[in-house]
Amino acid sequence: MITIQVNGRRESVRADPDTPLLYVLRNDLGLTGPKFGCGLAQCGACTVHLDGKAIRSCLTPVTTAQGAKVTTLEGLASANGALHAVQQAFIDEQAAQCGYCINGWLMTAAALLESNPAATDEEIRRGLSGLKCRCGTHMSILRAVKLAATRLAAGSKA
Amino acid sequence: MKTLAIDQFVTHRGTTRRDFITAGGALVVSFSLPGCAVNAVTAGAPLPAAGAPWPAVIDRAAIDSWIRIAADGSVTAAVGKIEAGMGIGTAFAQVVAEELDVPLERVTLVMGDTATTPDQRGTGGSNGIMEGGSALRKAAAEGRAALLALAAAKLHAPVEALRTREGFVFVAAEPARRVAYGDLLGGQRFDVKVGDHPKTKDARTYTVVGKPVPRFDIPPKVTGAYTYVTDLRVPGMLHGRVIRPPEAGAHLLRVDGSPTIAGLVRVVRKGDFLGVVCEREEQAIAAASKLVVEWSRPAAFFWRDYDELYRHLRAEKPKASKRGDEKGDVEAALRMATRVLEARYEYPFQSHASMGPACAIADVRDGGAVVWFGGPKPYPLRKALADLLALPAEKVRVIWMPGPGSYGMNDADDCAADAALLASAVGRPVRLQYMRAEGTGWDPKGPPIAFNLRAGINSSGGVFAWDYEARGFSGRVRNNGTDVAGDTLAGQLVGGHKPKSTDWPQFSAESYRFPNARKVSHTIDWNRSMTTGLRTAHLRDPDGMATCFASESFIDEAAFATGVDPVEFRLRYLADAADIAVVRAAAQKAGWQTRVGPRPRDGGRMAVGRGIAYAPRNGSVVAIVAEVEVDRDTGRYRVRRFTCAHDCGFVVNPLSLKGTIEANLIQGMSRAMHEAVRFDRSRVLSVDWLTYPIVDMTEVPDAIDIVLVNNRPEARSRGAGEPSTRPVAAAIANALFDATGARLRRVPLTPEALLAAMKA
Repeated sequence: MITIQVNGRRESVRADPDTPLLYVLRNDLGLTGPKFGCGLAQCGACTVHLDGKAIRSCLTPVTTAQGAKVTTLEGLASANGALHAVQQAFIDEQAAQCGYCINGWLMTAAALLESNPAATDEEIRRGLSGLKCRCGTHMSILRAVKLAATRLAAGSKA
Repeated sequence: MKTLAIDQFVTHRGTTRRDFITAGGALVVSFSLPGCAVNAVTAGAPLPAAGAPWPAVIDRAAIDSWIRIAADGSVTAAVGKIEAGMGIGTAFAQVVAEELDVPLERVTLVMGDTATTPDQRGTGGSNGIMEGGSALRKAAAEGRAALLALAAAKLHAPVEALRTREGFVFVAAEPARRVAYGDLLGGQRFDVKVGDHPKTKDARTYTVVGKPVPRFDIPPKVTGAYTYVTDLRVPGMLHGRVIRPPEAGAHLLRVDGSPTIAGLVRVVRKGDFLGVVCEREEQAIAAASKLVVEWSRPAAFFWRDYDELYRHLRAEKPKASKRGDEKGDVEAALRMATRVLEARYEYPFQSHASMGPACAIADVRDGGAVVWFGGPKPYPLRKALADLLALPAEKVRVIWMPGPGSYGMNDADDCAADAALLASAVGRPVRLQYMRAEGTGWDPKGPPIAFNLRAGINSSGGVFAWDYEARGFSGRVRNNGTDVAGDTLAGQLVGGHKPKSTDWPQFSAESYRFPNARKVSHTIDWNRSMTTGLRTAHLRDPDGMATCFASESFIDEAAFATGVDPVEFRLRYLADAADIAVVRAAAQKAGWQTRVGPRPRDGGRMAVGRGIAYAPRNGSVVAIVAEVEVDRDTGRYRVRRFTCAHDCGFVVNPLSLKGTIEANLIQGMSRAMHEAVRFDRSRVLSVDWLTYPIVDMTEVPDAIDIVLVNNRPEARSRGAGEPSTRPVAAAIANALFDATGARLRRVPLTPEALLAAMKA
């Protein structure tokens, strides 16, 4: 049995230690926010937070998550249900087409703004450059992340 | 009357009805379909195949096939289209709410289930609003008329004295005398036919259609609650993976018959089709890579590179040739011309490269089949799967669920067929998701085309001859979707199945009026590709990006050759008023600077340029101005701004349309700048995002300006899913010419090619 902590809950699963975290999250724990996009850490659709850092769960063995805090898209909102600023901004900017990649953008942007709340246009672009979106939703995603950054900055000043 | 309770369908809000029920019973709908066997489905359980047959046809003439009103007044609308991520589900709900006079939030859409929704073939050709919206509008209008008739009896008032609002019928003079829709029908069927000409509302009075309603599917997408086909789990489900031939045309010789691999349930072999089924997903992935397989080594029949491919396309005798618009005598005019302009353009194989490789879940047993998949055309696929499994169509149910974006005919249908073969072999539900290499390396590709273009210029400097020749592999258009097994990879690999997909001529569509003009499209045989990763099918705006790239780039060449500004040239020769209007609108919005030939060099390292291209598409028309900035030292460049003038008639939801247009431009930009499927003489080498690069966030423009043209209630709503993709490559190539004086005639428009052209 492997025990990991996901979205504030301790979970025990029976899986081979090499099993990528993604399959455990999706198939054993029913957390389908992270998606399988490439299995090669090239697209970011599988992104989750490991102790607050955005990582690619498709190539991360489940054992790496032992003793760490895993957060998936399902756990990004506050416990009281209030959406994360990034989620709300994506809704406000209508930033999704098919939406299959959107988990990666949300999780990566949330981690990015956490570590650099005053990120510039260039820093945001560079920080998100490792993610793919095949539909071409980039314009609204970029607007949304900037909107979230502005709101977070305003909130932290308040 | 028999009742069909549907528990497992996807609504436009992205959740299954089960979610609605567990979320607090907000929606309790029970469809009762005519002539249908009892088929209660347990929430979350696989649909028992024993529940078949499902109706062969959902009666499109009955209101009840499109609109249901529950006793609580909630409305469910069914449509034979699907949500491809552009917000069409929300647009459909707007249409129903508008025409039926119910609150928008009370409308739920059900889409793409062959057993419960009318067969409209599915989505494709940017026809969702035109076909799906139109059918719903008529059914809802007829439904409203039926409700008025029922209310007349109940309220003891003539129909003329009644009005409808917010789900109620009321007496106009006494609004308190009213009755709710739910009470009028009591959850029962309308039992009324949709007439030929139902009285629909005057579009000028619309209060819901035409408004920027936020999409219903976006909140669940950003919280992770949206249920994609990849997220569906059914009890007893196993996991499958497939193993493809390593070289084009290779046959399966031998498979290790009894491998000891953890979790392996079955190795499934049928002809050259090979797959594994395991208990767990990661086991199936491991099993597919560990399996010892021997394949034949066929003679290579791809090409060394694109140079060789385009030579092949130009040299090969066509299997079919079609002539398009022809006017005057082009050959004679070219002989008389004082100057003949000639150019060759080329457009490569491109992949759908959907964000996730396709996924499907199949349950095939007891003489029936249920398949969940994420492609746009479930109705024809039902026939193809029946063909593949040798079952009658009534025993097959295909249920669409949202998948990764598809942009045409991606790998979704193939995956459904593969999953069906695997499930049929093990007698349990099997979930198959392809790996990235199958998604990019084996999806049907947009076809390559080589163009030969000529223009004749007369003594007064006018273009008086236009000669367009396209020589391409057919896009193997599946006119009706994938409706035979032979058009699936599984059918081809198993063998014995013939495709039905057909050739489609590759003509450009602009309305230029030259005194002598000819268009010829030659289709080059590519039937050998059917079992390979270079098999072709429709990729967003089939052939449109390619034909427009060649034609609209060459128009710019003709403008330059005749000493005319590119916008002025287009306005001078265009025939269609709608086309002229978008060219004008785009130029005006972009602040077009009139200029003949490239922008004069200012001596700096960075060069800026602007280019225009336009394209009509099936009643819609789009003009795009691209503004680029080029590093002369490296050839690297960036599109800084797009301006898009877009005419698709009356816009149902301008907010969704904006997202759709922006995404089309960025995807088009990606295809223009980066994309060509790589191959060697026997293999497809583009198998992931490193070998098939697409656009990233550092490259996208600073701004996209959109001008909606002809957006008025009187203008018929046309498609918007694809048209704005079409002129993107040409607009960028024309802008690069303006910036540098270098003309790129082959997609992708790479920095290396630009640098070489600048030095030439």
